[in-house]
Formats: sequence, structure tokens, C-alpha cells
Amino acid sequence: MHEAGSPILSVRELKVHFRIKAGVWPWSPARVLKAVDGISFDIHAGETLGVVGESGCGKSTLARAVLNLIPATAGSIAWMGREMTTASSESWQAARADIQMIFQDPLASLDPRMTIAQVIAEPLHTHRPAMPEAEVMQRVKDMMGRVGLMPQQINRYPHEFSGGQCQRIGIARALILEPKLIICDEPVSALDVSIQAQIINLLKDLQKSMGLALIFIAHDLAVVKHISDRILVMYLGHEMEVAHKKALYASPRHPYTQALLSAIPIPEPALERKKVIQLLQGDLPSPMAPPSGCVFRTRCPRAIERCAEEIPALRSLNEQTEAACLLA
Amino acid sequence: MSLIEVNNLGVQFQTQDGLVYAVNGINFSLDRGQTLGIVGESGSGKSQSVLAMMGLLASNGKATGQALYQGRDLLAMKPAELNAIRGNRVAMIFQDPMTSLNPYLTVERQMTEVLQFHKGFDRKAARARSVQLLDAVKIPEAARRVTMYPHEFSGGMRQRVMIAMALLCEPEVLIADEPTTALDVTVQAQIIALLRELQRDFGTAIIMITHDLGVVAGLCDEVMVLYGGRVMEQGSADSIFYRASHPYTVGLLGAIPRLDAESEALVAIPGAPPNMAKLPRGCPFSERCLLADEQCRELLPALQPAAHDAAVLRACHRPVQSVSELAVKGASHA
Repeated sequence: MHEAGSPILSVRELKVHFRIKAGVWPWSPARVLKAVDGISFDIHAGETLGVVGESGCGKSTLARAVLNLIPATAGSIAWMGREMTTASSESWQAARADIQMIFQDPLASLDPRMTIAQVIAEPLHTHRPAMPEAEVMQRVKDMMGRVGLMPQQINRYPHEFSGGQCQRIGIARALILEPKLIICDEPVSALDVSIQAQIINLLKDLQKSMGLALIFIAHDLAVVKHISDRILVMYLGHEMEVAHKKALYASPRHPYTQALLSAIPIPEPALERKKVIQLLQGDLPSPMAPPSGCVFRTRCPRAIERCAEEIPALRSLNEQTEAACLLA
Repeated sequence: MSLIEVNNLGVQFQTQDGLVYAVNGINFSLDRGQTLGIVGESGSGKSQSVLAMMGLLASNGKATGQALYQGRDLLAMKPAELNAIRGNRVAMIFQDPMTSLNPYLTVERQMTEVLQFHKGFDRKAARARSVQLLDAVKIPEAARRVTMYPHEFSGGMRQRVMIAMALLCEPEVLIADEPTTALDVTVQAQIIALLRELQRDFGTAIIMITHDLGVVAGLCDEVMVLYGGRVMEQGSADSIFYRASHPYTVGLLGAIPRLDAESEALVAIPGAPPNMAKLPRGCPFSERCLLADEQCRELLPALQPAAHDAAVLRACHRPVQSVSELAVKGASHA
């Protein structure tokens, strides 16, 4: 069972594989798509883990697998010290009151036929069916105030709100049960830069006041910098680097992390004009046919022959950084 | 004579709530090899202003003013005259490459059509040229890929197909409407590098539209900041980035998450983008501006040369004296 000081969520060697029908014939063999292939991490109470990678690297699949929205193929997920991969759907139901999710597309993740009050109250109706309706509405109003929505907007529909406000509604819905962990799946990438900053600051404030742990998924290292304690960099279903925030931004060790960092535009013309970007060539390889050895080697500027033969294990480089690279 | 000269461009939409003024009084000129960045949030009118230039407004929209291409007014042209210019001399890249490519046609069909229409190429020559352009935008195995359908490409590659398609007729002006917003940062860096190369090699003039000031920093010579359909600040890239004085520009710069920043909190702009049908009487930004006073709410500020630098045009009664002034106000506001 869970002890104070131990991680609230502990994921070990998590794998999510999909079987994809390949040929046109019913008897053609299925191929395996390895969306998440051996990810491990711990999250302590009140901590934020940033998960960063390009589209198609498996970061959203990882988020859904942690909630058992997609069943894990192998590995273990321990929530509050309890193994969940073999747990019944009733225990999942109970656990999900403590693990909530915020989605990428703020408007698409809200039911267009429900008013804001219904949207935000739905988790309470599901998980606390005995709660009197008056108390539910009081909690909804309190939560709307905390995320910066006006109480008089309570009976409006999602389409009447802007993108940033819809994301606030999504946050209110995730927080109404006072969960311990929130998984944010690219919560700001669909928003204007000015609104992104609002949402990030809001999440940070709420985290501080409610002692929340966050898994914050993004494709941009600059966005996660302001909210994360530790950062996990993913590529093609594998962990490339896991490091404390300071160490990652001061001295990124994996060539992929370095490339991600150099791709971020700096809002200063003088620096930006003469910046030499370490451009990654080409696109992500197909996860159906990943490269041999290190999965990143086909786009790595420093790849050597050994990279094609050996799968680099994630190893500790110092107290703060682990990287999966032969050359790091 | 400038390549593009826009004088007092306005866009109005007839809606059920009455006439909505989406764009008001925009002026700029663009020469060969120059880049203009148009920056603003959703609903600031940045896309509508270029759609008006290309004659692509929705049927309830109406453009006023002038948009001169080599001295000829694009807004006054008949569709047939306009068709000879757009896609040919002035080309556009749209934000979402999936919805702006035709899913039913192969890339080859979509690309050769442009050359057959504008240049009178035959199928074979048009195909060769298409492959050449796909090569130029660094699509691997271009000769094989050209026969594929848009859904067979990744997001970054689709955007490159769009760019290749826009470049088929070697346009003098390229309008890019948020070309990287839907893409990963790594692909965004590739696309920006590509646009910079094009400009260097072909001297293409570029109008770059974005909501992220970071994207235009390395690319643009001049930057125009729009809010609520009006120009807030307009000047050289250096003056906008290093000596911004409009509270909105300062806010946009502060909101960009930076890798080199020491402080933890981002400086957000409070509130939401404006409802264009119900703009405030005075400065459109006054509702969200931390420095706004009575005058700002009542009186629309005129766009005029700024006191600190006459080359910068600014529409503001209460310009920012120092960034710390806004930061202090922002902290007390939060």
C-alpha cells in the first residue's frame, strides 16, 4: 500500500502495441505497431513531469494507457502502491476519481449539447452520486471562480466560449473531484500564444494551492519549461532522455533533445538571424518499421555505425540526467 | 514603385448583427526580397486582410481601399484578370494543409493543373516541373511521391507540398497564412529555413502571418501588430522586438515561453480576444490593457509616428515607458 514519500504513480517498462491488419486477405498476418515501447517513470505528490516529443512519438498513447483508456500490452502501472494493469474495472473507476485528464482540443472535448454547469458537474454525478444537487452546484460555481470563469456563464453552451475559456472549462471539469494527478495532453497547443501563458500560469497556481501532481504533455520544450520539475523526452515510443529541468535546459545530453531545443525560435531578431539551427532532416520513421538499434539514428546528426547495431539503454549520466544514447 | 502597395485596406462583413468591421485602415508596401510579418491573435483580422487582397473573402465580405500589385489594384479587378495574377504572380500558402489540398486528387494532378492553366505547359513538362519543385522543398523520392494522394503524406510534408505548389509559377509575392501553426517545432524550423532559402535564392517577397512573434523574429524585415482589426504598432523588426512600446506588443512578447528566461511565471495578457461585433468605443485593446485609462476607453487612438522613433507607427494613448511598469501592474492584477 501507499506510504508517505513514495511515488503516487509508478510506471515500469510500459508497452502499448497495436496489431494492424496488413494485407488485403483475411489470413494475411497482422503487423505490430509499437506506439509505446518500454517507458518507466515515477511521479510524486505535487510534482510535474513534462513529456515532450514530436507528433507520432506515442506521448498521447502513453497518457491514455496510464488511465487504462487503452489497455497496456506489457509492463506495470502502480497507483498509490497498487498494481493497476491487472485491476478490475471497479478499481479503475475508483482510481480515475483521483486521476483526471485535460485534452488538447478545448472545444472538441466538451459535449456541445451540455451546458457548462452540466459539463463541470458530470464527474461529481459519476463519482459522488449521493451528493445533493445544491452542493454539486455550489462546488461547480466555486470551481468556475477558481479557474477564472464567471458564475453567470453557468448556463451557457461550449460554443459560446473562446478557445482559452473552453480550456478553462476543461480544467474545471478535471479539478472538480479534487484529484491527486492530472494528465494534460497538449493543453495549450491549440491556443494563441497570449492565451497559452494564461493557461500555464493558471495550472501552476492551481497546482500550488491544491497540491496536484501533473503529467504535462507538449511538443515544445519551451512550453513545458515553465511548469515542469522533470522532463521526459520521447521519440518513437522510447525514452531518449529524462532529466531535472535545470539540467535538461542547461546541458541537454541526447542529440534529439539538443535538436528539439535548437528548433525553438527565439523572439530576438539579432540572435535568430545568425542562429545555426541543428535541423533534423526528414520525418519520423514509421513506427511499424522502426530502425534497428537506436530508433533516432536515421535522423541523428552524430550517428555512427554502432548505433545501428546496439539498442542504447537508458543510463544515468549524473544525479539529474538519464539518457539513452551511446554517445551522450 | 513597390511590388505590393496596400492603401487604407478595410474589410467589412454583413452579418445578422449588422456590419462588422474586421479590418480597418491597413497600409504597407513590400519590395522584392522583403518580408513583412503580420502578427495578432485569433480574430485580429490578419487572415482577412490578405484574403481580401487575393479576392477570397466570403460572399458577405466587402473590401475597401486599395491593394496595388505593380500599380494595378487587385481589389478593383474582374475575376478573370485576378485569376491571371493569383496563383501565378502572387501565391498563397494556407494554414491547414489537409483541408486546403484536394483529397480526391493526386498531388500530381493538383500541381500540374496550376502550370497548365497559367503557363500552358503540357502534361509531361508540367509533371517534370512539379517533381523538380517537390525536390526543391526537400521531399524525398519526389518522382514517386508526386503520384500519391495528400493523406499519404505527414503534416510537415503536406505543408511542403503546399509550398511547392505555391512556387510552381515562381511568384514574386508569397503570402503564408500561419504556415507552421499546425506543425511540430522541429518541422516548423525546417519550414522557416526553407522560406528563408527561397527568399535568398529567388528574391521572393513574403507576407508571413502568425500569432507567435517568435516565428517572425528571424524572417521578417518589417512587422505589423494587429488587434481587433486595427494596426497597433508597425515598424522594423528590430524596433518591434527591442523597443516595443505598445502594451499589446509588449504583452505578446512577454507571453512567449523562452528557454533563456530566468523567471518562472509567464506574463500573460488577461482576458480573451475581442468580439468583433462588439468592439469598445475607444482603443480596441483597452478592455485587456493594464495601462488603459478613461481616454483609452473613450477615444480611438490614431496611428502615428512614435515619439521615440519616427519610423515606428503606433496607435496608443498610454505607451509603455518601461517593461517593469507593465510587469508590476501585471503582478498586482493577477
